[in-house]
Amino acid sequence: MNALLARIGGRTVVIAVPFLFLLVFFLFPFVIVGKISVSEMETVSFKDVLTWSDGVLTLALRFSNYVFITEDPLYFKTYLASLHYALVTTLLCLFIGYPFAYFMARARPTLQPALLMLVMLPFWTSFLLRVYAWRGLLTEGGWVAELIFASGLDQVLYAVGLIASPGKLMHTPFSLVLGMTYTYLPFMILPLYGNLAKLDLRLLEAAADLGATPWVAFWKVTVPLSKAGIIAGSMLVFIPCVGEFVIPELLGGPETLMIGRVLWDEFFSNNDWPMASSVAVVMVLLIIVPLAIFNKYQAEAQESRK
Amino acid sequence: MTPRGTSANFNRWFGRGWLGLGYVFLFVPIVALVVFSFNDSPIPNVWRGFTLKWYAALARDTEMLAGLWLSLKIAFLTACGSVVLGTLTAFALVKYKRFPGRTLFSGMSTAPLVMPEVVVGLSLLLMLVSVQRALGFPERGMLTIWFGHLLLGVAYAAVVVQARLHDLNPQLEEAAMDLGARPHQVFWLVTLPMIAQSLVSAWLLTFTLSLDDVVLSAFLSGPGSTTMPLVIFSRARLGLNPSVNAVATLIIVVVAVGVVTASWFIANAERKRRREMAAAAHA
Repeated sequence: MNALLARIGGRTVVIAVPFLFLLVFFLFPFVIVGKISVSEMETVSFKDVLTWSDGVLTLALRFSNYVFITEDPLYFKTYLASLHYALVTTLLCLFIGYPFAYFMARARPTLQPALLMLVMLPFWTSFLLRVYAWRGLLTEGGWVAELIFASGLDQVLYAVGLIASPGKLMHTPFSLVLGMTYTYLPFMILPLYGNLAKLDLRLLEAAADLGATPWVAFWKVTVPLSKAGIIAGSMLVFIPCVGEFVIPELLGGPETLMIGRVLWDEFFSNNDWPMASSVAVVMVLLIIVPLAIFNKYQAEAQESRK
Repeated sequence: MTPRGTSANFNRWFGRGWLGLGYVFLFVPIVALVVFSFNDSPIPNVWRGFTLKWYAALARDTEMLAGLWLSLKIAFLTACGSVVLGTLTAFALVKYKRFPGRTLFSGMSTAPLVMPEVVVGLSLLLMLVSVQRALGFPERGMLTIWFGHLLLGVAYAAVVVQARLHDLNPQLEEAAMDLGARPHQVFWLVTLPMIAQSLVSAWLLTFTLSLDDVVLSAFLSGPGSTTMPLVIFSRARLGLNPSVNAVATLIIVVVAVGVVTASWFIANAERKRRREMAAAAHA
């Protein structure tokens, strides 16, 4: 075994095994999806793009799915809505998560491991069950629903158009955004905390010595220095939110269409595999720019650790 | 009190308040799940009195129990496979700065972390269907679900192990090499013991991820291979269901105990290692 390893070289094995795994199970499937998205649907499955019969090789590409996606207003609206909800969720997570991570990083050092553990703990408990729990909390009689009704907050939510009528919180844009913010908040807090905990406090002292008020120092020193954390956290929230399926399905309503649900329905209800593939290709195109930003940041973070 | 003192005081209380409310937000759903699993009412969000009947019903719930058993098997295999492949991935990325396709490799290893699961699930399924058409296998079932979970697990395990590898002092490995150890001996005798706790964390993390996954399993499962999250999801879709609360409570208890025990062991091992390092430095 060791002799064999030595002959082909440990280095080659260490690189080749995971590389091949990722090529076969990650990249190759995307090629297949691209292929099927331009193929024709047969009764139960899809036709091959390349066919060989009687000595003739035929290449049949069908772009009608893409034409349909761009021309059908429902699809367009759904894509826009997905981006919109993902953006709102990201901003909310940033609004709640930035001060949260900031105060965590400024807490007593002995307390910080426990605070960090408490942020990780919900992350360890089932995501599906936590989303389900919000159904109970937001339906009539639930703790949060009663609190919102008692405080009259539902009138405010109704006034800004987040719920269709006061007194009904479930299956609205409100419950959807709440569920996504809740689920992805730790993904915002963790990179921000990692970043803010490393901040050199002498820089803030220097700013104070130079006459900056704490508020000015915060905006001119702390925030710019935590840019990397803000980008990482925002991407970790935004990208999965665009394609989210479970949360819109359990907490969203008929008017909160999201692209993950459309893909699911095309596949499981309509059995239209080429259409589902086209939706997937467009979804990947939507997130490819944020994904590239995220990867670039990851690579830079790895380099700067050295 | 000076104005400066007042503002510092205000800041401190504002900070505590923000943290407190944040933690309440994070934990209210979990507390509610547990509390209402003991609720003597078919409507599981209005309190009517204490009962254990949902747990008794769970013991007879063959669909849920079969799902749980399947999920545990898949989660175990996923965690083991992910740690092995994730460690290799992390090694390749940390130790080898130059090889053909490194950018592609590093991109592929992090992309599953953020890629929408519906896209990963659909593409993996269509690939497996195409392979099945050509070769006659694999059938959709436990094996195909495992492939999907493995893909996600490798990405997470690689991140966890990579972070640890970066913090390692390369001099220890170099010293072992200088003393005549072969590369594989260096790995088994020096590197592996030092990254062992990150392997444990990665194992636990990928185990829980697999145990929780709905979307990939839905795409990749076949007839007769319904995992527990799929059972829970199909019931949760229809509305509130006290049996889901009972399962949830059991999972939460097991995971909380597991995570707390594991972190206690990891912290202990770390303390012991530090003591030994300090002792070695003095000697």
